[in-house]
Amino acid sequence: MPKQCELCGAAKAALRRPKTLQSICKACFYTVFETEIHHTIVQNQLFQPGDRVAIGASGGKDSTVLAYVLKTLNDRYKYGLNLFLLSVDEGITGYRDDSLETVKRNEQQYELPLRIVSYQDLYGWTMDAIVKEVGRKNNCTFCGVFRRQALDRGAMLLKADHIVTGHNADDIAETVLMNILRGDVARLQRCTSIVTPGEDGCIPRSKPFKYTYEKEIVMYAYFKQLDYFSTECIYSPNAYRGYARAFLKDLEAIRPSAIIDIIHAGESFEIRQGVKMPVQGTCQRCGYVSSNQLCKACVLLEGLNRGLPQLGISRSALAKARPHLPSSAPDASKSEMAPAATTSDVRQKDTVRTGISTLDW
Amino acid sequence: MASLALTLEFGGGMELLFGNVKTHKVTLPAHLANDRPTNIKALIGWIRDNLLQGKPELFISDGTVRPGILVLINDTDWELEGELDYELKDRDTIVFISTLHGG
Repeated sequence: MPKQCELCGAAKAALRRPKTLQSICKACFYTVFETEIHHTIVQNQLFQPGDRVAIGASGGKDSTVLAYVLKTLNDRYKYGLNLFLLSVDEGITGYRDDSLETVKRNEQQYELPLRIVSYQDLYGWTMDAIVKEVGRKNNCTFCGVFRRQALDRGAMLLKADHIVTGHNADDIAETVLMNILRGDVARLQRCTSIVTPGEDGCIPRSKPFKYTYEKEIVMYAYFKQLDYFSTECIYSPNAYRGYARAFLKDLEAIRPSAIIDIIHAGESFEIRQGVKMPVQGTCQRCGYVSSNQLCKACVLLEGLNRGLPQLGISRSALAKARPHLPSSAPDASKSEMAPAATTSDVRQKDTVRTGISTLDW
Repeated sequence: MASLALTLEFGGGMELLFGNVKTHKVTLPAHLANDRPTNIKALIGWIRDNLLQGKPELFISDGTVRPGILVLINDTDWELEGELDYELKDRDTIVFISTLHGG
């Protein structure tokens, strides 16, 4: 006995929504999926009419669905946005070159202009060359740090007012878990924000899929037969995120609301008054936003160019190289009497030792 | 003995576990051991034993598909069809899509 749609009562249900556990048909699914994203955009006032919006496009499921839905909503609700696809070419043969072909097809399919910025042009290094230099252990740190800046720089070239990325509810819940496990209080608070305001010359960034479940994104792409690329990066995936992800998927299997519950938990964390947070300044070399005198990308790049690729990765390499680098900002937290390590202590340690935290907004 | 002609599709990166082939036409007996009708649970075991080329733990976990893999039975979410207990019919199309890859 086929189940009927709980919304229209007319058609056969095609999926069960993880968020509400309702059984709904394809047509109602498209409507609620798109309408929820529209409400997210309107309620959070993500855009202004006339905005130039750069969609961070990797060719993967999330950004492909994001480009398709934003184009649809912009036409349907007359947002008045100028949409662009912005892709970063990390220079990974057999992976990014293939996924960029998908983005180029999306450019035609959705009639959205595409701009590609490459690590080679921005930094003088491809990821293939970086991996040859640093091996397969810390390569993801380089890639994550460089990608964040590359999107900003590409958006500047497009004269964009806003960047949107395809981070979905599952991604955000994973990041909350990771930041809790690492004790990264500063990022814990930031990572659930739907929009990072544009200050110090940065372009505002937002995540219109903050409340959108990955299952629904994949179902939407499947039912609409959207063209996306789904191969894992050839250079070892982010292992730490992998653990958080497997754990979250296990939780979701037991109780689907776990994902949205974790996001709400992350939003509800408040930092005790008086705890010193890292102060955001700008990089002395490139002007990019940074809580140290040199931003992470400049430190990593200097390491690569001087043949000291461990610079910015390991503590001992940093100590060895310190005479050549402007000293880090004085650590004011030392004098603070707190039972546990203070935020800037934790953060400092984490960034110096592993550098991984810079990946996780 | 009655048999079932099934179409199996693997997407979202799962095809890499199956020789990079997305669509497989297969035939299974309508009843397996104990004369019970072949259901999705039995199909998952059959796929592991007969089709899977990649690591089993990337496909199967605790007797079901690994969390994060979506299953559709004739274009309908398997959660509406009884999941592992769904009894397969001749000419069914079963789709497995990984949600775990890329963004």
